[in-house]
Amino acid sequence: MSLVGHQPPPIFRRGPAPLARLFVFVAVCLALLAADLRFRYLEVMRNALSVVTYPLQMAAATPADVVSNAARYFGTLIDVQLENAELRRHQLGAGERLLRFEQLEQENAHLRELLQMSQRVQTKSIAADILYNAPDPFARKVILDRGAQQGVEAGLAVVDANGVIGQVTRVHPIQAEVTLLTDRNQSIPVSVVRNGVRGVLYGVGRGMLEMRHVLADVDIQPGDQLVTSGLDGIFVPGLPVATVTRVNRDQDAFARIECEPLAAIERSVQVLVIGRAAYPPPPPPPATEGGR
Amino acid sequence: MQPTNRSSRILQPVKLWFVYLSLFVALGLEYIPTGRTPGLPDWVALVLAFWCVREPLAIGMGAGFAFGLLMDVGLGAAMGQHALAYVVLAYLATALARRVLWFPAWQQALHVLPLLLLSQALMVGVRLLAGAEFPGWAYFLSSFSSALLWTPLSLLLLLPQYQPVERDDNRPI
Repeated sequence: MSLVGHQPPPIFRRGPAPLARLFVFVAVCLALLAADLRFRYLEVMRNALSVVTYPLQMAAATPADVVSNAARYFGTLIDVQLENAELRRHQLGAGERLLRFEQLEQENAHLRELLQMSQRVQTKSIAADILYNAPDPFARKVILDRGAQQGVEAGLAVVDANGVIGQVTRVHPIQAEVTLLTDRNQSIPVSVVRNGVRGVLYGVGRGMLEMRHVLADVDIQPGDQLVTSGLDGIFVPGLPVATVTRVNRDQDAFARIECEPLAAIERSVQVLVIGRAAYPPPPPPPATEGGR
Repeated sequence: MQPTNRSSRILQPVKLWFVYLSLFVALGLEYIPTGRTPGLPDWVALVLAFWCVREPLAIGMGAGFAFGLLMDVGLGAAMGQHALAYVVLAYLATALARRVLWFPAWQQALHVLPLLLLSQALMVGVRLLAGAEFPGWAYFLSSFSSALLWTPLSLLLLLPQYQPVERDDNRPI
Protein backbone atom coordinates (compact mmCIF):
# COMPACT_ATOMS: atom_id res chain seq x y z
CA MET A 1 0.00 0.00 0.00
CA SER A 2 1.55 3.29 -1.10
CA LEU A 3 1.20 6.61 0.62
CA VAL A 4 0.32 8.39 -2.63
CA GLY A 5 -3.31 9.42 -2.59
CA HIS A 6 -3.55 8.74 1.08
CA GLN A 7 -6.29 10.84 2.68
CA PRO A 8 -5.72 12.67 5.97
CA PRO A 9 -7.67 11.17 8.84
CA PRO A 10 -11.21 12.57 8.99
CA ILE A 11 -10.91 13.85 12.56
CA PHE A 12 -10.11 17.43 11.66
CA ARG A 13 -12.20 17.81 8.53
CA ARG A 14 -15.19 20.07 9.16
CA GLY A 15 -16.31 21.07 5.68
CA PRO A 16 -16.49 24.68 4.55
CA ALA A 17 -15.84 27.49 7.01
CA PRO A 18 -18.83 28.37 9.23
CA LEU A 19 -19.05 31.91 7.91
CA ALA A 20 -19.23 30.65 4.32
CA ARG A 21 -21.98 28.21 5.27
CA LEU A 22 -23.84 31.00 7.05
CA PHE A 23 -23.80 33.09 3.89
CA VAL A 24 -25.02 30.20 1.78
CA PHE A 25 -27.90 29.47 4.17
CA VAL A 26 -28.86 33.13 4.50
CA ALA A 27 -28.86 33.49 0.74
CA VAL A 28 -31.12 30.44 0.40
CA CYS A 29 -33.48 31.82 3.07
CA LEU A 30 -33.68 35.21 1.39
CA ALA A 31 -34.41 33.54 -1.95
CA LEU A 32 -37.18 31.49 -0.29
CA LEU A 33 -38.64 34.62 1.32
CA ALA A 34 -38.65 36.51 -1.95
CA ALA A 35 -40.18 33.59 -3.82
CA ASP A 36 -42.89 33.16 -1.18
CA LEU A 37 -43.82 36.73 -0.27
CA ARG A 38 -43.45 38.32 -3.68
CA PHE A 39 -44.34 35.60 -6.14
CA ARG A 40 -46.18 32.91 -4.10
CA TYR A 41 -44.17 30.17 -5.80
CA LEU A 42 -43.76 27.89 -2.84
CA GLU A 43 -47.22 26.39 -2.24
CA VAL A 44 -46.00 23.05 -3.66
CA MET A 45 -43.05 23.01 -1.22
CA ARG A 46 -45.38 23.97 1.62
CA ASN A 47 -47.71 21.09 0.81
CA ALA A 48 -44.81 18.65 0.61
CA LEU A 49 -43.39 19.73 3.97
CA SER A 50 -46.81 19.70 5.59
CA VAL A 51 -46.72 15.90 5.21
CA VAL A 52 -44.11 16.00 7.99
CA THR A 53 -45.74 18.71 10.11
CA TYR A 54 -49.36 17.63 9.83
CA PRO A 55 -49.27 14.60 12.19
CA LEU A 56 -47.33 16.66 14.73
CA GLN A 57 -49.87 19.47 14.46
CA MET A 58 -52.77 17.10 14.94
CA ALA A 59 -51.07 15.59 17.98
CA ALA A 60 -50.36 19.04 19.41
CA ALA A 61 -53.94 20.21 18.87
CA THR A 62 -55.39 17.33 20.91
CA PRO A 63 -54.58 18.65 24.42
CA ALA A 64 -55.88 22.09 23.44
CA ASP A 65 -59.11 20.44 22.23
CA VAL A 66 -59.46 18.55 25.50
CA VAL A 67 -59.05 21.75 27.52
CA SER A 68 -61.58 23.72 25.50
CA ASN A 69 -64.08 20.84 25.49
CA ALA A 70 -63.74 20.44 29.24
CA ALA A 71 -64.45 24.15 29.68
CA ARG A 72 -67.58 23.75 27.57
CA TYR A 73 -68.59 20.59 29.42
CA PHE A 74 -68.46 22.27 32.80
CA GLY A 75 -70.31 25.38 31.60
CA THR A 76 -73.36 25.79 33.79
CA LEU A 77 -76.78 24.53 32.80
CA ILE A 78 -78.25 27.99 33.27
CA ASP A 79 -75.94 29.44 30.64
CA VAL A 80 -77.01 26.81 28.17
CA GLN A 81 -80.70 27.33 28.93
CA LEU A 82 -80.38 31.10 28.48
CA GLU A 83 -78.54 30.59 25.22
CA ASN A 84 -81.19 28.13 24.09
CA ALA A 85 -84.03 30.58 24.76
CA GLU A 86 -82.11 33.29 22.93
CA LEU A 87 -81.57 31.02 19.95
CA ARG A 88 -85.27 30.08 19.83
CA ARG A 89 -86.20 33.75 19.70
CA HIS A 90 -83.67 34.32 16.92
CA GLN A 91 -84.92 31.35 14.98
CA LEU A 92 -88.50 32.54 15.13
CA GLY A 93 -87.52 35.93 13.72
CA ALA A 94 -85.28 34.36 11.09
CA GLY A 95 -87.98 31.87 10.06
CA GLU A 96 -90.46 34.63 9.42
CA ARG A 97 -87.89 36.57 7.38
CA LEU A 98 -87.02 33.41 5.47
CA LEU A 99 -90.66 32.88 4.47
CA ARG A 100 -90.84 36.36 3.05
CA PHE A 101 -87.40 35.93 1.43
CA GLU A 102 -88.48 32.81 -0.46
CA GLN A 103 -91.50 34.55 -1.79
CA LEU A 104 -89.45 37.58 -2.81
CA GLU A 105 -86.86 35.39 -4.48
CA GLN A 106 -89.51 33.75 -6.61
CA GLU A 107 -90.93 37.12 -7.47
CA ASN A 108 -87.47 38.40 -8.34
CA ALA A 109 -86.74 35.42 -10.58
CA HIS A 110 -90.07 35.94 -12.28
CA LEU A 111 -89.48 39.64 -12.87
CA ARG A 112 -85.97 38.99 -14.17
CA GLU A 113 -87.41 36.49 -16.59
CA LEU A 114 -89.94 39.04 -17.75
CA LEU A 115 -87.16 41.61 -18.29
CA GLN A 116 -84.99 38.93 -19.94
CA MET A 117 -82.07 39.62 -17.55
CA SER A 118 -79.66 36.90 -16.62
CA GLN A 119 -80.38 35.19 -13.32
CA ARG A 120 -78.54 36.25 -10.20
CA VAL A 121 -75.44 34.31 -9.24
CA GLN A 122 -76.00 30.92 -7.64
CA THR A 123 -74.16 30.44 -4.38
CA LYS A 124 -72.91 27.53 -2.34
CA SER A 125 -72.25 27.71 1.37
CA ILE A 126 -70.49 25.59 4.01
CA ALA A 127 -71.00 26.10 7.74
CA ALA A 128 -67.78 26.05 9.76
CA ASP A 129 -66.39 26.76 13.21
CA ILE A 130 -63.35 28.91 13.89
CA LEU A 131 -60.88 26.71 15.75
CA TYR A 132 -58.28 29.24 16.82
CA ASN A 133 -56.25 32.23 15.71
CA ALA A 134 -53.40 31.33 13.39
CA PRO A 135 -50.13 31.40 15.35
CA ASP A 136 -48.35 33.79 12.97
CA PRO A 137 -48.31 37.06 14.96
CA PHE A 138 -47.68 39.20 11.89
CA ALA A 139 -50.94 38.45 10.12
CA ARG A 140 -54.58 38.41 11.19
CA LYS A 141 -55.68 34.94 10.27
CA VAL A 142 -57.90 32.25 11.76
CA ILE A 143 -58.18 28.51 11.21
CA LEU A 144 -61.51 26.88 10.25
CA ASP A 145 -62.49 23.29 11.00
CA ARG A 146 -63.53 22.64 7.40
CA GLY A 147 -61.12 21.99 4.56
CA ALA A 148 -60.72 20.70 1.06
CA GLN A 149 -62.57 17.48 1.93
CA GLN A 150 -65.72 19.48 2.71
CA GLY A 151 -65.41 21.54 -0.46
CA VAL A 152 -63.71 24.66 0.84
CA GLU A 153 -61.61 26.38 -1.82
CA ALA A 154 -59.11 29.19 -1.66
CA GLY A 155 -60.73 32.52 -2.48
CA LEU A 156 -64.17 31.92 -0.97
CA ALA A 157 -65.69 34.59 1.28
CA VAL A 158 -66.24 33.88 4.98
CA VAL A 159 -69.17 35.59 6.71
CA ASP A 160 -70.66 35.57 10.18
CA ALA A 161 -74.21 36.59 11.13
CA ASN A 162 -73.54 40.29 10.44
CA GLY A 163 -71.21 40.45 7.48
CA VAL A 164 -67.99 39.42 5.78
CA ILE A 165 -65.08 38.59 8.08
CA GLY A 166 -62.49 37.50 5.55
CA GLN A 167 -61.40 35.26 2.71
CA VAL A 168 -60.07 31.70 2.58
CA THR A 169 -56.40 31.99 1.61
CA ARG A 170 -55.01 28.50 2.13
CA VAL A 171 -56.76 25.14 2.21
CA HIS A 172 -55.56 22.05 4.05
CA PRO A 173 -57.30 18.65 3.85
CA ILE A 174 -59.52 19.17 6.91
CA GLN A 175 -58.72 22.75 7.86
CA ALA A 176 -58.62 26.08 6.09
CA GLU A 177 -56.85 29.34 6.80
CA VAL A 178 -58.88 32.54 6.58
CA THR A 179 -57.24 35.95 6.23
CA LEU A 180 -59.38 38.48 8.08
CA LEU A 181 -60.40 41.74 6.44
CA THR A 182 -58.35 43.66 9.00
CA ASP A 183 -55.09 42.08 7.80
CA ARG A 184 -52.83 44.59 6.11
CA ASN A 185 -52.50 42.49 2.97
CA GLN A 186 -56.20 41.84 2.50
CA SER A 187 -58.52 43.83 0.24
CA ILE A 188 -62.10 43.44 -0.92
CA PRO A 189 -64.02 45.27 -3.68
CA VAL A 190 -67.10 47.02 -2.28
CA SER A 191 -69.84 49.39 -3.32
CA VAL A 192 -71.97 51.82 -1.35
CA VAL A 193 -75.54 50.62 -0.85
CA ARG A 194 -77.06 54.10 -1.11
CA ASN A 195 -75.73 55.09 -4.53
CA GLY A 196 -73.59 52.25 -5.88
CA VAL A 197 -70.23 54.07 -5.72
CA ARG A 198 -67.48 51.48 -6.06
CA GLY A 199 -64.16 51.23 -4.32
CA VAL A 200 -61.76 48.78 -2.73
CA LEU A 201 -61.60 48.21 1.00
CA TYR A 202 -58.17 47.55 2.59
CA GLY A 203 -57.26 46.42 6.07
CA VAL A 204 -55.06 48.89 7.93
CA GLY A 205 -54.49 46.93 11.13
CA ARG A 206 -55.83 47.84 14.58
CA GLY A 207 -59.19 46.35 13.55
CA MET A 208 -59.98 49.16 11.11
CA LEU A 209 -60.58 49.30 7.36
CA GLU A 210 -59.96 51.98 4.76
CA MET A 211 -61.69 52.49 1.42
CA ARG A 212 -59.30 53.64 -1.28
CA HIS A 213 -59.40 54.62 -4.94
CA VAL A 214 -62.41 56.90 -4.42
CA LEU A 215 -62.18 60.47 -5.77
CA ALA A 216 -62.52 63.27 -3.24
CA ASP A 217 -65.69 64.75 -4.77
CA VAL A 218 -67.66 61.48 -4.75
CA ASP A 219 -70.79 61.39 -2.59
CA ILE A 220 -69.91 59.30 0.46
CA GLN A 221 -71.02 60.15 3.97
CA PRO A 222 -70.32 58.72 7.41
CA GLY A 223 -72.92 56.05 8.12
CA ASP A 224 -73.05 54.67 4.58
CA GLN A 225 -73.28 50.89 4.33
CA LEU A 226 -70.74 49.07 2.17
CA VAL A 227 -71.49 45.72 0.53
CA THR A 228 -69.38 43.47 -1.68
CA SER A 229 -69.63 44.55 -5.29
CA GLY A 230 -68.79 41.15 -6.74
CA LEU A 231 -66.76 42.79 -9.50
CA ASP A 232 -63.80 40.54 -8.76
CA GLY A 233 -65.81 37.51 -9.86
CA ILE A 234 -64.94 35.73 -6.61
CA PHE A 235 -67.06 37.28 -3.87
CA VAL A 236 -70.82 36.97 -4.01
CA PRO A 237 -72.26 40.48 -4.56
CA GLY A 238 -74.37 42.11 -1.89
CA LEU A 239 -72.78 40.74 1.30
CA PRO A 240 -72.63 43.47 3.98
CA VAL A 241 -69.06 44.42 4.86
CA ALA A 242 -68.63 47.69 6.73
CA THR A 243 -69.97 51.10 7.71
CA VAL A 244 -68.24 54.38 6.84
CA THR A 245 -67.17 56.14 10.02
CA ARG A 246 -65.13 59.12 8.83
CA VAL A 247 -64.48 60.82 5.50
CA ASN A 248 -61.47 63.08 5.10
CA ARG A 249 -61.41 65.01 1.82
CA ASP A 250 -58.80 67.69 2.37
CA GLN A 251 -55.76 65.60 1.50
CA ASP A 252 -55.45 65.24 -2.24
CA ALA A 253 -57.33 63.88 -5.21
CA PHE A 254 -58.56 60.84 -3.31
CA ALA A 255 -60.75 60.83 -0.22
CA ARG A 256 -59.54 59.09 2.94
CA ILE A 257 -62.47 56.98 4.06
CA GLU A 258 -62.25 55.13 7.34
CA CYS A 259 -64.65 52.26 7.86
CA GLU A 260 -65.64 49.96 10.65
CA PRO A 261 -66.41 46.30 9.92
CA LEU A 262 -69.99 45.15 10.52
CA ALA A 263 -69.05 41.60 11.47
CA ALA A 264 -67.47 40.75 14.79
CA ILE A 265 -64.27 40.05 12.84
CA GLU A 266 -61.95 39.06 15.66
CA ARG A 267 -64.61 37.56 17.92
CA SER A 268 -67.01 35.44 15.86
CA VAL A 269 -67.01 31.67 16.34
CA GLN A 270 -69.53 30.21 13.89
CA VAL A 271 -69.10 31.27 10.29
CA LEU A 272 -70.35 30.44 6.83
CA VAL A 273 -68.05 29.95 3.83
CA ILE A 274 -69.83 31.41 0.81
CA GLY A 275 -68.81 31.21 -2.81
CA ARG A 276 -70.17 31.25 -6.30
CA ALA A 277 -71.38 27.88 -7.51
CA ALA A 278 -69.82 28.71 -10.90
CA TYR A 279 -67.26 31.36 -11.72
CA PRO A 280 -68.12 33.86 -14.45
CA PRO A 281 -66.33 33.48 -17.79
CA PRO A 282 -63.03 35.37 -18.04
CA PRO A 283 -63.27 38.87 -19.50
CA PRO A 284 -62.68 39.14 -23.26
CA PRO A 285 -59.16 40.21 -24.24
CA PRO A 286 -58.87 43.96 -24.82
CA ALA A 287 -59.38 44.97 -28.43
CA THR A 288 -56.13 45.83 -30.20
CA GLU A 289 -55.50 49.45 -31.14
CA GLY A 290 -57.00 50.38 -34.51
CA GLY A 291 -58.61 47.02 -34.85
CA ARG A 292 -61.99 48.48 -35.79
CA MET B 1 -18.47 16.28 25.08
CA GLN B 2 -17.57 19.39 26.99
CA PRO B 3 -17.46 19.09 30.76
CA THR B 4 -18.68 22.27 32.40
CA ASN B 5 -16.00 23.92 34.45
CA ARG B 6 -18.33 24.28 37.41
CA SER B 7 -19.45 20.71 37.33
CA SER B 8 -17.03 18.04 38.47
CA ARG B 9 -19.01 15.49 36.53
CA ILE B 10 -17.84 13.98 33.33
CA LEU B 11 -20.81 13.63 31.05
CA GLN B 12 -21.49 10.76 28.75
CA PRO B 13 -21.35 11.53 25.03
CA VAL B 14 -24.59 12.81 23.64
CA LYS B 15 -26.74 10.59 21.47
CA LEU B 16 -27.63 12.20 18.17
CA TRP B 17 -31.11 10.71 18.13
CA PHE B 18 -31.83 12.37 21.47
CA VAL B 19 -30.83 15.77 20.05
CA TYR B 20 -33.26 15.40 17.16
CA LEU B 21 -35.96 13.91 19.36
CA SER B 22 -35.79 16.93 21.67
CA LEU B 23 -36.00 19.24 18.65
CA PHE B 24 -39.10 17.43 17.38
CA VAL B 25 -40.70 17.58 20.83
CA ALA B 26 -40.00 21.33 20.87
CA LEU B 27 -41.62 21.57 17.45
CA GLY B 28 -44.68 19.76 18.79
CA LEU B 29 -44.89 22.19 21.73
CA GLU B 30 -44.70 25.05 19.25
CA TYR B 31 -47.65 23.65 17.29
CA ILE B 32 -50.01 23.70 20.28
CA PRO B 33 -52.63 26.23 19.22
CA THR B 34 -52.45 29.05 21.74
CA GLY B 35 -53.81 31.85 19.61
CA ARG B 36 -52.03 35.14 19.97
CA THR B 37 -50.89 34.86 23.58
CA PRO B 38 -47.69 36.95 23.80
CA GLY B 39 -44.67 35.87 25.79
CA LEU B 40 -44.80 32.14 25.12
CA PRO B 41 -41.27 30.78 24.79
CA ASP B 42 -39.90 29.83 21.39
CA TRP B 43 -39.13 26.20 22.22
CA VAL B 44 -37.38 25.31 18.99
CA ALA B 45 -35.08 28.33 19.15
CA LEU B 46 -34.25 27.55 22.75
CA VAL B 47 -33.49 23.85 22.22
CA LEU B 48 -31.55 24.63 19.04
CA ALA B 49 -29.45 27.25 20.83
CA PHE B 50 -28.87 24.80 23.67
CA TRP B 51 -27.56 22.02 21.46
CA CYS B 52 -25.50 24.44 19.36
CA VAL B 53 -23.78 25.63 22.54
CA ARG B 54 -23.37 22.11 23.95
CA GLU B 55 -22.59 20.10 20.86
CA PRO B 56 -21.37 22.44 18.11
CA LEU B 57 -19.90 19.50 16.23
CA ALA B 58 -23.10 17.47 16.19
CA ILE B 59 -25.63 20.08 15.16
CA GLY B 60 -25.57 23.48 13.54
CA MET B 61 -26.95 25.68 10.81
CA GLY B 62 -28.30 22.82 8.71
CA ALA B 63 -30.60 21.68 11.51
CA GLY B 64 -31.57 25.32 12.13
CA PHE B 65 -32.55 25.69 8.51
CA ALA B 66 -34.55 22.44 8.41
CA PHE B 67 -36.46 23.09 11.63
CA GLY B 68 -36.99 26.71 10.62
CA LEU B 69 -38.72 25.54 7.45
CA LEU B 70 -40.88 23.12 9.45
CA MET B 71 -41.84 26.01 11.74
CA ASP B 72 -42.73 28.18 8.76
CA VAL B 73 -44.97 25.52 7.30
CA GLY B 74 -46.62 24.60 10.58
CA LEU B 75 -47.29 28.14 11.73
CA GLY B 76 -48.31 29.46 8.32
CA ALA B 77 -45.54 32.05 8.40
CA ALA B 78 -43.63 33.30 5.39
CA MET B 79 -41.44 30.57 3.93
CA GLY B 80 -37.87 31.09 5.14
CA GLN B 81 -38.72 33.49 7.96
CA HIS B 82 -37.96 31.16 10.85
CA ALA B 83 -35.29 29.40 8.78
CA LEU B 84 -33.36 32.66 8.43
CA ALA B 85 -33.70 33.47 12.12
CA TYR B 86 -32.63 29.99 13.23
CA VAL B 87 -29.66 29.79 10.85
CA VAL B 88 -28.29 33.04 12.27
CA LEU B 89 -29.10 31.87 15.80
CA ALA B 90 -27.30 28.56 15.25
CA TYR B 91 -24.26 30.31 13.79
CA LEU B 92 -23.94 32.73 16.71
CA ALA B 93 -24.64 30.06 19.33
CA THR B 94 -21.94 27.84 17.80
CA ALA B 95 -19.55 30.79 17.88
CA LEU B 96 -20.33 31.26 21.58
CA ALA B 97 -19.91 27.59 22.42
CA ARG B 98 -16.27 27.70 23.54
CA ARG B 99 -16.85 30.50 26.01
CA VAL B 100 -20.37 30.24 27.41
CA LEU B 101 -19.96 26.91 29.15
CA TRP B 102 -17.51 28.37 31.63
CA PHE B 103 -20.27 30.47 33.16
CA PRO B 104 -22.98 29.29 35.57
CA ALA B 105 -26.34 28.54 34.01
CA TRP B 106 -28.06 31.87 34.64
CA GLN B 107 -25.16 33.75 33.06
CA GLN B 108 -25.33 31.38 30.11
CA ALA B 109 -28.95 32.44 29.78
CA LEU B 110 -27.82 36.08 29.73
CA HIS B 111 -25.45 35.21 26.89
CA VAL B 112 -28.18 33.52 24.89
CA LEU B 113 -30.84 36.21 25.44
CA PRO B 114 -29.34 38.69 22.92
CA LEU B 115 -29.15 35.92 20.32
CA LEU B 116 -32.83 35.07 20.79
CA LEU B 117 -33.74 38.77 20.61
CA LEU B 118 -31.69 39.16 17.45
CA SER B 119 -33.42 36.21 15.79
CA GLN B 120 -36.83 37.68 16.67
CA ALA B 121 -35.75 41.10 15.39
CA LEU B 122 -34.73 39.45 12.11
CA MET B 123 -38.20 37.94 11.74
CA VAL B 124 -39.87 41.26 12.50
CA GLY B 125 -37.64 43.02 10.00
CA VAL B 126 -38.36 40.53 7.26
CA ARG B 127 -42.12 40.66 7.75
CA LEU B 128 -42.26 44.44 8.08
CA LEU B 129 -40.36 44.72 4.79
CA ALA B 130 -43.03 42.50 3.26
CA GLY B 131 -45.74 44.91 4.44
CA ALA B 132 -47.09 43.12 7.51
CA GLU B 133 -48.40 44.78 10.63
CA PHE B 134 -46.04 45.34 13.59
CA PRO B 135 -47.11 42.77 16.22
CA GLY B 136 -46.40 45.03 19.20
CA TRP B 137 -43.50 45.06 21.63
CA ALA B 138 -45.02 42.21 23.62
CA TYR B 139 -43.79 39.98 20.80
CA PHE B 140 -40.26 40.24 22.19
CA LEU B 141 -41.35 38.94 25.61
CA SER B 142 -40.98 35.49 24.08
CA SER B 143 -37.17 35.79 24.15
CA PHE B 144 -37.17 36.67 27.83
CA SER B 145 -39.39 33.76 28.80
CA SER B 146 -37.18 31.47 26.70
CA ALA B 147 -34.07 32.74 28.49
CA LEU B 148 -35.75 32.11 31.86
CA LEU B 149 -36.22 28.49 30.83
CA TRP B 150 -32.54 28.01 30.00
CA THR B 151 -31.53 26.64 33.41
CA PRO B 152 -34.33 24.06 33.88
CA LEU B 153 -34.02 23.06 30.25
CA SER B 154 -30.28 22.43 30.46
CA LEU B 155 -30.84 20.19 33.48
CA LEU B 156 -33.58 18.32 31.65
CA LEU B 157 -31.75 17.87 28.36
CA LEU B 158 -28.53 16.74 30.05
CA LEU B 159 -30.27 14.11 32.18
CA PRO B 160 -29.51 11.19 29.83
CA GLN B 161 -25.83 12.14 29.87
CA TYR B 162 -25.65 12.17 33.66
CA GLN B 163 -26.06 8.40 33.80
CA PRO B 164 -22.94 6.48 34.82
CA VAL B 165 -21.32 4.28 32.21
CA GLU B 166 -21.88 1.04 34.07
CA ARG B 167 -24.37 0.68 36.85
CA ASP B 168 -22.85 0.18 40.26
CA ASP B 169 -25.21 -0.02 43.20
CA ASN B 170 -22.47 0.76 45.72
CA ARG B 171 -21.57 4.09 44.11
CA PRO B 172 -23.16 7.14 45.79
CA ILE B 173 -24.39 8.90 42.58
